[in-house]
Amino acid sequence: MKRNKSVLLSAPYLIWMVVFTLIPLGVVCYYAFTDPSSGEFTLKNLRELNLYWGVLGQSVLYSIVSAFICLLLGYPVAYFIAHRGPTAQRFLYMLVMLPMCMSFLLRTLAWVGLLQDTGIINNILAALGFHRIRMIRTPGAVVLGMVYNYLPYMILPLYAVIVKIDHRLIEAAEDLGCNGAQVFGRVILPLSVPGILSGMTMVFVPAVSTFYISQKLGGTDTVLIGDVIERQFKQGNNPNLGAALSLVLMILVFVCTGIMNRFGGDSEEGGVIV
Amino acid sequence: MSKELIRLQDLTMEFDGERVLDGINLYFNDHEFLTLLGPSGCGKTTTLRIIGGFLTPTSGTVTFDGQVINDLPPYKRQINTVFQRYALFPHLDVYDNIAFGLKVAKLPKAEIDRRVHEMLETVSLKGYENRSVESLSGGQQQRVAIARALVNQPKVLLLDEPLAALDLRLRKDMQIELKRIQRSTGITFIYVTHDQEEALSMSDTVVVMDKGRIQQIGRPEDIYNEPKNAFVADFIGESNILDGVMLSDYRVKFFGRVFECVDEGFAPNEPVDVVIRPEDIDIVAPNQGHLVGTVTGITFKGLNYDIIVEFKGFKWLIQTTDYHGVGTTIGIRINPEDIHIMHKSEYSGLFGDYSSYSAEYDELTEDAGDEEE
Amino acid sequence: MKKVNRFLTVLVFLFLYIPMVVLIVASFNTGKDITQFDGFTLRQYVRLFQDRNLLKLLGNSLLISVLASFTATVFGTVAALGIHGLSPKLRKAAMTLTNIPMTNPEIVTGVSLSLLFVFIGTRIFGQRNCLTFWTLLIAHITFNLPYVILNVMPKLSQTDASLTDAAMDLGCTPVQAFFKVTLHEILPGIVAGAIMAFTMSLDDFVISYFVSGLDFVTLPVEIYSYTKKPLQPKIYAMFTLLFLLILVLMVAMNLIQLYGDKKKAASRGAGI
Repeated sequence: MKRNKSVLLSAPYLIWMVVFTLIPLGVVCYYAFTDPSSGEFTLKNLRELNLYWGVLGQSVLYSIVSAFICLLLGYPVAYFIAHRGPTAQRFLYMLVMLPMCMSFLLRTLAWVGLLQDTGIINNILAALGFHRIRMIRTPGAVVLGMVYNYLPYMILPLYAVIVKIDHRLIEAAEDLGCNGAQVFGRVILPLSVPGILSGMTMVFVPAVSTFYISQKLGGTDTVLIGDVIERQFKQGNNPNLGAALSLVLMILVFVCTGIMNRFGGDSEEGGVIV
Repeated sequence: MSKELIRLQDLTMEFDGERVLDGINLYFNDHEFLTLLGPSGCGKTTTLRIIGGFLTPTSGTVTFDGQVINDLPPYKRQINTVFQRYALFPHLDVYDNIAFGLKVAKLPKAEIDRRVHEMLETVSLKGYENRSVESLSGGQQQRVAIARALVNQPKVLLLDEPLAALDLRLRKDMQIELKRIQRSTGITFIYVTHDQEEALSMSDTVVVMDKGRIQQIGRPEDIYNEPKNAFVADFIGESNILDGVMLSDYRVKFFGRVFECVDEGFAPNEPVDVVIRPEDIDIVAPNQGHLVGTVTGITFKGLNYDIIVEFKGFKWLIQTTDYHGVGTTIGIRINPEDIHIMHKSEYSGLFGDYSSYSAEYDELTEDAGDEEE
Repeated sequence: MKKVNRFLTVLVFLFLYIPMVVLIVASFNTGKDITQFDGFTLRQYVRLFQDRNLLKLLGNSLLISVLASFTATVFGTVAALGIHGLSPKLRKAAMTLTNIPMTNPEIVTGVSLSLLFVFIGTRIFGQRNCLTFWTLLIAHITFNLPYVILNVMPKLSQTDASLTDAAMDLGCTPVQAFFKVTLHEILPGIVAGAIMAFTMSLDDFVISYFVSGLDFVTLPVEIYSYTKKPLQPKIYAMFTLLFLLILVLMVAMNLIQLYGDKKKAASRGAGI
C-alpha cells in the first residue's frame, strides 16, 4: 500500500524527467543521424566531424589545464577556510558562493576590460613605464577565463571534504611519527580525493563546453567545441551537424566523468588500507 | 473477569516473501499489562505495528472490540503508541508535543490545557511545558512520549521497547513508574521487549515469541517455573537442560539415575527435556549427593557465585553463595519440585549446556548490543 | 605553510572580486569606457530606471525564475517524498535520472531541449515559431528540479520515519502528518533547494539562450546580444544593484543561521 503511494507521488516527476531529459537526448541522436535537407538517415554529419577533432582536442586540453590550475589555487583556499572558526568559515564560504550568483557574462566582460591591449592592466603597466603585453585573444586568456569562472566549483566540494576530516586522524598520524608534510601527504590528501575528483569534474564539464569565454577572451585560433555547436544552431543553421557535435561532447563528458568515478572508487578502497 | 479487547487470529506477515509472523493467535484483555517478549527478529515489533495499524497483515484478522480493523488506518484507532526512540516532534516544545493529538482532534482549548497539565503531573514533568524536547534528558523524553500517548485516553497503549535507550538505573525506576501509571489509568498496555527481567517484573501476562511464532503464553511465574520448551527455559533466566526419559508419572531418569519429580501425563518411557534452574540446586558433601561433580570454573556475580560443575562430561551452571574453588569435588541434591519436565521440541539440544559458558556470555552481550543499535 | 595559505587565499579572493569591482566602479563612471575612470556620477542609475526595456527584461527574468523555482520546489518536494519511499532499485534509477541534467554540459541540455521543442512544434503542431515563454519555463523547471530533489532527499533520510507514524498514531491523516510534522523536518532542505533553483534560474544564460524565442527574452540572453555591440553603462548600474541585493540576502541568511545555531546551543546548554 505504501509502495503504491510512493510510485504515485514520484511518477509525474519521473515522467517529466524522461520526457525532458532522456527523450531530448534521443532527439539529439535522431538529428545527428539525419540529413538536414532531405530528412533521411545519413552518416554525413558524423563524417563532417573529422573537421573538428582538433577543436575538440583543444577544448579538452584547455579545460584539463584549467581544472588543474583550479585545484592548485583552490586547495589551499579550501584548506584555509576549513580551518577557521565557525563564523569566519561561514563568511568565507559566502564570499566564495557570491560570485557564482552574479552574471558570468558581465564578469567575463570585465576581464576584457582588464586584459585588453588598452585595458586596465596594460594602462597600469604603461603608467609604471613597462611595455604593454598582448594578453587578450591568447590561449592564456581563455584558460584564465575558465579558471576565474569555475574556481568556486572547485573550492566548495574541496572545502566540504576537508572540513569533515576528523581532527583525531591528524593527531593519530602525528602520534605515529608523521611530521607536518607527512601528515598532509599520507592522511589529509588521500582523504580529500573525493573532493578533488568532484571539483575536477565540476570545473571540467562546464569548461569543456563553454562558448562565451572563448568568444570574448579568445581569438580566432582558440575556438572551442562549444563555439562550433553554438554557431551551427545560431548562425550556421546546420542543427544536424550541431547535434552530432553535441553527441560527441556528451559522450566525451560521460567517459570523463566515468573515469573520474572509477578513480574515486579505487582510491576509496585504497583509503581504507591507509 | 476482564473482557476481551483485541484478538489476533491466524495472523501471518510476509516481507518480500520472507515470513515474519507465522500463525499468531492471541487475545488481549481490558486493563491488562501484556508483554511480547523475544529476541530481535522474533516478530514482536511486527505484531505491535500490526495492532497499531502501521502494517497490514498478509493474512489473518485483527479484531478490536468485536470489529475487524485490518484496514483501519492508525489515525482511526483508539490505540496510541510510545515509540522506540520516543519520536518526539523536535519542532514543538513539551506542551505542544503532549497537546498534539488533542489539537488534531480539535478539542476546546481549555480542555486541552486541563488535560495536558494533568498529564504533566502524572509523569512528574510539571514546569517543563515550554522546554524544547531536545533539551530534555532521555528519561524526561521518555515521560513526554508516554504523556503524549496517554493524554488521548486510548483504550490500548502500545510500547515498543520504550526503555531500551535508558541506562540501567533509570530503566529500573521507569519500570516501576510505568507499572504505577498502568494501574492508576487502567489502560491496557501492550509492551514489547527483549529483556526477560523487565517482562517478568512488570507484566500480568507474558507472551514469549521466537521465529514468528508464539512459544508460550502465561503469567510470569508460570513462564518461569513451567517453561514449555527449551527455548523458553533458556530465554527466561538460566537453565540446565538435560536429556531424560520419563519412566512413569513422577519418575524421571537422567544421568543414569532415577529422580522423583512432580510432573505427570507423559507417555511411558517418553524421551524428555529436563530443566533444572541453577539456583534450585543444593550443594552438599560429595558422599551425600545425588550426583558428584568437579568444579571447573567460578565467577563472582555480586549476590552469588556462578560455578560450572562437570558431571560425567556435561557441564552445569549452579548458583551458590558459598565459594567452591576450581578442582573441588562437590555433591548436589535436587528436590522433586525443582525438576521440571518438558516435551521434546525443535529446540531440544540447542540450549542448556554450559560447556562453553563464557563464550555464551559473550554472545549474549553482543546480542544485547545489536538490539541497542 | 599557514602563511602561504593565507597569502594565497587573499590572492584568490582578489582574483575573484577584482572584475566585479571593475564593474561596480564602471557604474559610477561619467565616461562610457570601462577602462578609464573619467569622473563620478549617479547618472547611470537614473538612466537604468528610465529604461523601460531593460526593466521589462529584468521583470521577465524574475518572472521566469520565480515561476520555475516555485513550481520546481513544490513538484520536486512531492517527487522527493515519492522517491524516498520507492524500492532501493527504483530509487537508484530515479536518482540517476535526476543526475542527468546535473552532469550533462549545459550546452547539451539547451541544445537537446531546443531540438525537442522544434521537433514537436514543427512535426506535430506544424508551427514555425515553436520557442515561446512556455518552452523557456519548461526548460527552467527541468534544470531546477534536480536542485530541489538533491536538497530535500538527504533531509528526508535524516528524518526519523517513526515521526510520521507518531503523528498518524495521534490522529493525523497522512496529509496532515506531512504538513504538521514532516514538512518542519525537511523545510531547511526545501528552502535551500528553492534558493538554489531561483539563483540558477535567474542567472541562467546557456540553456535559456537555446530555448527562448524572439517574443520572450530574459536579461542574460539580452545582455549576450548587447555584448556584441558596445555595452551600455547602465547595465553596470544594474549589476551593482543586483550585487548589493544578493550580498544583503546572503548576509541575512548567514545571520539567521548564526542566530538559529546560538539558540540551539543555548537550549542544549540548558538541558545539561
